Amino acid sequence: MFNYTFQWKQAFARLPQMLDGAAVTMQIAILSMVLGILLAITLTMFRLSGSRILSAIARTWVEVARNTPALFQIYMMHFGLGSFGLHLSPFLSILLGITFNNAGYLAENFRGALKAIPETQTRAARSLGFGAAGAFGYVVLPQMLRIAFLPMTNQMVWAILMTSLGVTVGMNADLYGVVQDLNALTFRTFELFALAAVIFYLITKIITIGARLIAARLFRY
Amino acid sequence: MFDTALTTADFIFLAKGAGMTIVVTAISVLIGTVLGVIFGVLRYQLGPIWAAPLIFVLDICRSIPLLIQLVLTNAFLGTILRLNLSGFTVACIVLSMYTAAYCAEIVRGGIEAVPATTRRAARSLGMTWGQDMREIVLPLATRIALPSWIGLALGVMKDSALVYVVQVTELLKSTQILITRLQEPMLLLLICGAFYFVISFPLARFGGYLEKRWSND
Repeated sequence: MFNYTFQWKQAFARLPQMLDGAAVTMQIAILSMVLGILLAITLTMFRLSGSRILSAIARTWVEVARNTPALFQIYMMHFGLGSFGLHLSPFLSILLGITFNNAGYLAENFRGALKAIPETQTRAARSLGFGAAGAFGYVVLPQMLRIAFLPMTNQMVWAILMTSLGVTVGMNADLYGVVQDLNALTFRTFELFALAAVIFYLITKIITIGARLIAARLFRY
Repeated sequence: MFDTALTTADFIFLAKGAGMTIVVTAISVLIGTVLGVIFGVLRYQLGPIWAAPLIFVLDICRSIPLLIQLVLTNAFLGTILRLNLSGFTVACIVLSMYTAAYCAEIVRGGIEAVPATTRRAARSLGMTWGQDMREIVLPLATRIALPSWIGLALGVMKDSALVYVVQVTELLKSTQILITRLQEPMLLLLICGAFYFVISFPLARFGGYLEKRWSND
């Protein structure tokens, strides 16, 4: 059918290496997600704080993260900070780049989620004797995370897809980097990248289905 | 600190890259939206079982990194089908499919947001399926879909930064070429980022404004 000999064996022979790469990809995605959520909560609190400076910082962060390409943000971490003499390893550059992006998008999601939580919740918590921090941490925050659970899942998928950008700053341990190196060795471009595509597809499917199961379990009421 | 080796010629080089970004985005969003509307209507009309193959293909476009989609399509068209396509064409094909995949979801969401009773009323008044789609569903679904569509178009513009992998020199790639030559990463990256920001920010704001305005009534 095609004037081309497929060499799937060569690609499958490299599967263990690729799975190692997939583990690094997951590691970056999960770390960037955890850090991103923490930062996003911080940014959300900045916005709520009423302080002009803090909310300006939060707003700038969110707008820059949402209105520039993720690849640009990773370049900024790698080459931009590099010009200040701060040379990050490829792993750190990609991790911080994705974290920056995650935090921006998630902070915006959290803001939307907060709007859906009635003001009366805070007031009820305060009249029950919670402090400002307690009311936010024990009453508002859990509800906010619950409303923002689906966007968070989407962001997690995005984070996994974004790890493939690490290759541009010299990352070669993640799935895309491994495949790129193997491609340079074997020139079986189509077979290798097709296999990588399948791995990526499976990972994202597992995460979306897993998140749906977790949501069904967590949010029964 | 404010000395720079950036010349007018370099600026023109960057502007060409920016032009390429805009051209690739415009073509992809245009084709992708047309395809996306077709796919979205098909998906809605066929139901989850008959549209399963379509759903699967669109899902793949959304679950695989764009970088891999580009490399894979390039390898498939170039070394397997032996078509002699330019990187520009490949970039437009992949980005169009990518846009279509997301656009189909937006379109489907828009159609589903139109109350079934409204559509039944239209059909009861003697409208054909086509009339119902054109005169009733289109205006109502647009109100739901347009803000998300603006977000999608901006997303595609940002993601078009990845087409360097099929040898298309768009803005970010031109910036990187200049960084390698001039060794002034901060300045160049700021120019590049500012360009994306200046296009994306006002449109994103406009999308948010439309969303707020149209959701009131």
